[in-house]
Amino acid sequence: MSALISIRDVTKSYSRGKQQVEVLHGINLEIPKGDFVALMGPSGSGKTTLLNLIGGLDQPSGGEISIDGKRIDSLSAGQLTQWRATNVGFVFQFYNLMPVLTAQGNVELPLLLTKLNAAQRKRNAEVALQVVGLGDRAKHKPRELSGGQEQRVAIARAIVSDPSLLVCDEPTGDLDRKTADEILTLLQTLNREHGKTIVMVTHDPLAAEYAKRTVHLDKGKLIDTPAHADHASV
Amino acid sequence: MTKTGFVIANLFRKKTRTSLTLLSIVMAFLLFGLLQSVNVLFNAGADFLGTARLITQARVSFTQSLPMRMRAEIENVPGVEAVTQSQWFGGVWQGKDQLVALAVDPLRFHAVYPEWELPEAQWKQFAETRTAMVAGRKLADQYGWKVGQKVPISSNIFPQKNGSKDWVFDLVGIVDGKDEQWKRQASQVWINHGYFDEENQFGSGSGGIYLIKLKDPEAAAKVARIIDAKFENSPDETKTQNEKDWNLGFAKQFGDIGLIVRWILFAVFFTLLMVVGNTMAQTMRERVPEMAVLKTLGFSDGTVLGFVLAETIALCAIGGLIGLSLATVAGWVIAQSGIPIPLRVEWRVWTAGIIAILLLSVAVGLLPALRAKRLKIVDALAGR
Repeated sequence: MSALISIRDVTKSYSRGKQQVEVLHGINLEIPKGDFVALMGPSGSGKTTLLNLIGGLDQPSGGEISIDGKRIDSLSAGQLTQWRATNVGFVFQFYNLMPVLTAQGNVELPLLLTKLNAAQRKRNAEVALQVVGLGDRAKHKPRELSGGQEQRVAIARAIVSDPSLLVCDEPTGDLDRKTADEILTLLQTLNREHGKTIVMVTHDPLAAEYAKRTVHLDKGKLIDTPAHADHASV
Repeated sequence: MTKTGFVIANLFRKKTRTSLTLLSIVMAFLLFGLLQSVNVLFNAGADFLGTARLITQARVSFTQSLPMRMRAEIENVPGVEAVTQSQWFGGVWQGKDQLVALAVDPLRFHAVYPEWELPEAQWKQFAETRTAMVAGRKLADQYGWKVGQKVPISSNIFPQKNGSKDWVFDLVGIVDGKDEQWKRQASQVWINHGYFDEENQFGSGSGGIYLIKLKDPEAAAKVARIIDAKFENSPDETKTQNEKDWNLGFAKQFGDIGLIVRWILFAVFFTLLMVVGNTMAQTMRERVPEMAVLKTLGFSDGTVLGFVLAETIALCAIGGLIGLSLATVAGWVIAQSGIPIPLRVEWRVWTAGIIAILLLSVAVGLLPALRAKRLKIVDALAGR
């Protein structure tokens, strides 16, 4: 399987006052197309930072990141924005839906960046909502939905523009066990049946079990890759 | 769902807050519309009058009357078609309502101002009846005056020879304007100068100011120069102006209307800027994570800036246009009510209003929009 994500010697530093604090130290990682990777580690280990770099939300301080053969570490902010719009879907812990929009409106939002007309946008959003099992909740606003349903809408929003990569930051962190299992099953389905490559940050070992493999981070370094170790080079 | 729909949905997410903010903008633009109309009225009142007429007053002040003997001399100036004297009478109706009452030579006045319409027979009656007066239609309607009745008007300037300030006139005609513009101004009283001249306690021979109709409007400047030159170094030096300049000078006796209006509007808009600016800043602070999500989804910095600015423009435009519309209606109601200030929120006021809406939108929206534009996704999502 060819690598969708290739990370080479990536470092990331932040300025804290006059000090430079390095939070990622020379990360090397390859994630093949169609993989489902759980990123685990204690708080402050750099999981979310790494996820942000993979999703193109931030730029590394050093090293290279290639996604589907494209170096994203050297893109300008504007180019990175355009790249995100077409290549990555994001799922957050607290859903981050627009409260003023209906489920349908929220899912259509990324399509405003495409050349699709209003009817096509509507149709695509309906399909995405059906994929996550919320076809009958299209006209509901986020406050009228349960947490699990909100997360499903967020997943529909993430997949509506058909990106190859989904990055999920603690997608079940705000949900009860049963709902979390439903969401993770949905992600698993998207991975297995729709071929989405998923990188998921989680604290929850049970959530990580839904992934094909787990990558552990500690103090900014990858420490092991217990499952599918053949897919990662650390 | 469209970008416009998204902006509108965001605008009304907190209905009470948006409604109160809108109300403040509506009130500010209602005030703006009416005050600007006052400004336009005082500054541009003579635009429709043109320069077909000149007004000659005493060089020192229009309150100083020019002698009657000057009329013939002005009349003889080449280019002058007709001249009438016009003496401010200072009329008061029923002890409380100040009137714009002027003592004129009826037939000469008719010749200088053909825009004022009255049957010829009534012009004649006005000229031949010593105690005659004619009144503007709006004023007559307001006080219910009818032709043929006696109208007691007191003067707070000119007592009669017997010491009484109460004068009684015979209403011989109701004057109307030739068109809507003139009709709106038909709220004055004209009395026969002959009667005034004979009966006032301060003696005869006082003409007030002179209203001059020109044969050729193009020659206005030249005629004005000749008239003023004619009386230069005499005891009654003159200042001859076109009607617009004279009206402006007249209005300034009440103070600098433009300056007063500008200061009031400055205070109103400064307050509005603070209120709306604070509301928009607060709104955007609350939505930092949403802005970050928009950027995460792939909306560019410029688009996010555009969303915030569009929201501000929409808010100011809705409030501003409602305010200007209400001002237009209010102006119309005031104009219909007979108040001798024909307020009208005309296109110039609307143009200024729309410019004010745009400036206000940018002033209150730019900082929150720039903040949204500069937002770093990672920091915003982490709540930093």
